[in-house]
Amino acid sequence: MDCYYFTEMPYPHIPPHDEISSMRVTLPNRLFDPKLGHQLYNRYLDEYCLADEMGLELMVNEHRSSVVCMDVAAPLSMAILARQTKRARLLILGNSIANRDDPIRIAEEMAMIDCISGGRVECGMVRGVTYEIFAANTNPTMTNERLWEGVDMVKRAWTTHDGDFNYEGRFWHRRNINIWPRPYQQPRPRIWITGSNDRDNIKIIAEQGHVFATFLQPHAKVRALFDLYREHYADNGLPGGLAFMPLVYVADTEEEAMQGADEIAWYMRTKAEPQFRNPPGYVGVEFNIQGLKGAFTGRTDAIRAQGLEYLKDQGVVIAGTPDSVVKQIRRLYDLLGGFDHLLMMMQCGFLSHEKTVKNIEMFSKEVYPQIRGLAPSMNRPWSKAAE
Amino acid sequence: MLGPLSTPVKSDFVEIGDVKIEIERRGKGAPLLLLPGEDGLEVEAPFLERLARTREVILFWPPGFGRSNRPDWITNMDDVAYIYLDVMARLGLDNIPVVGCSLGGWIAAEMATKNDARFSHLAMVGAYGVKIGGPTDRDIADIWALHPDKVASLKWRDRENGKRDLSKRPDDELYVIARNIESCARLCWSPYMHNPKLAHRLHRIAAKTLLIWGADDGIVATDYAKAYAAMISGAKLSIIADAGHLPHVEQPDAFLNELTAFIS
Repeated sequence: MDCYYFTEMPYPHIPPHDEISSMRVTLPNRLFDPKLGHQLYNRYLDEYCLADEMGLELMVNEHRSSVVCMDVAAPLSMAILARQTKRARLLILGNSIANRDDPIRIAEEMAMIDCISGGRVECGMVRGVTYEIFAANTNPTMTNERLWEGVDMVKRAWTTHDGDFNYEGRFWHRRNINIWPRPYQQPRPRIWITGSNDRDNIKIIAEQGHVFATFLQPHAKVRALFDLYREHYADNGLPGGLAFMPLVYVADTEEEAMQGADEIAWYMRTKAEPQFRNPPGYVGVEFNIQGLKGAFTGRTDAIRAQGLEYLKDQGVVIAGTPDSVVKQIRRLYDLLGGFDHLLMMMQCGFLSHEKTVKNIEMFSKEVYPQIRGLAPSMNRPWSKAAE
Repeated sequence: MLGPLSTPVKSDFVEIGDVKIEIERRGKGAPLLLLPGEDGLEVEAPFLERLARTREVILFWPPGFGRSNRPDWITNMDDVAYIYLDVMARLGLDNIPVVGCSLGGWIAAEMATKNDARFSHLAMVGAYGVKIGGPTDRDIADIWALHPDKVASLKWRDRENGKRDLSKRPDDELYVIARNIESCARLCWSPYMHNPKLAHRLHRIAAKTLLIWGADDGIVATDYAKAYAAMISGAKLSIIADAGHLPHVEQPDAFLNELTAFIS
């Protein structure tokens, strides 16, 4: 098992939650202090560099118009890390491909970062959460279709080496596609795709041999999604893989660990107005029938309303002393039927630099060596696919 | 409180290529084409029952609305307008009044700019379709970016007039409602509720045209209606007092008076 350090680069310095209606999309940016932003960006990047030095892999992502995430263009932070780190795998999870104007730009950006980093790119492609619809003004009813057409274009752009080609699809028309540079990794960087409810998507992810990742969901649900992936995983020579993200905090005592986890769980308590949580057509008609009956208000509200102990029991929060965290990860590994990549949100909210550093150091020194040997669930290395 | 009407309904489909359009007919008399709004509330509103006493009211459901299908190639009101003109021809509907409400008003305007030979009259009720102001003017309230409570307060003079009890509706009815919402976004997300080309085509409309507007419409204000009417040769504007975005639902008497006087 490999472990990825992740922070969403929050900007938590806003008025109390009950004084604002939405922490996404519409919160006025006069509340953003650029000088503080300067400090935070550099602090978060320093913490990524430390995680690299401590032997962790790195994951970045992006959100726009949100206090939850200052990383508004993940290829930018990834490019900085490509230059400033020396060894970590660099996972972007992901490129908001359904919300981008041109997938070929993504193919080029990732190829450039792959060359700069010497082949360390792990390339996520995501449909984007509901809030991203508004910043990008993407039609909310076709984001899955845009995701898959975009992935098809990127794969072709990465693997076509005999000159230019044209692409005339449903969403994008491009001519003379012929990217320079091409990726460092051959035949191409590995693709990761996220999902939370879209069973049809998970089947395609499995059949195309991409890594499937899901975040912050109860273990029974994750197990069902992982089993669906395993069921549809085709023996196509591609390695595939399974990834899960919990919140992670390690400390000297259980009490201290739970306090740290509670600070990271700020993420679970962010709020947004209902129209931003469920734009029309983002989820299927069947979900929205439940909404008309008053039973569905957005996909993650139910889990987010729960307390820390519940979240810990569900595997959504992993917190404790090093030995306790090792046990929790082994339990989660068993509950999920094995998986390959632990994506760890180790910083969020107001969690200080000092506590973040301690979290990274304790995990790297005292936890990672004990779980690294957990066998990959998809036992086919990526390098084999490249042969 | 709105609810199903007692007027008998005949429902059918017309196929144009790979598009299946659901057609509903109510009442007896000279035919009138009614293009419902995006919420489809017309079929639960008392004005329709009364209109159907003297007219055969024919409703078209746009692709993805009602039980009409929604092929992927249908992306905007241009597409819908061409299909509807084909449906009118197929059904032999000629020289009849066309009444469009909200989204349906926009479709009616699109149809009329392409070919209004089959229109005796064009009535547009709280219609979308054109951009009047500058780039940062929200001509049409953004129903997808505002809190649902805010949208309701903009839409209705009295919110009670538009209430429906969905808790007891069967799933197949809720399926239609949920799919209508999705299909509206599919076709109208961006450019938001308008076609930038439509304003430049409105000069082609020769049919007698009346815009009917709620005085308290908070979704598209009466200033928008005035500007819209000014772009259509000879168009008149009638403002209904004590009504919001759907004056035909909130003030059926006043609405029917205006409509009947116009099409008689």
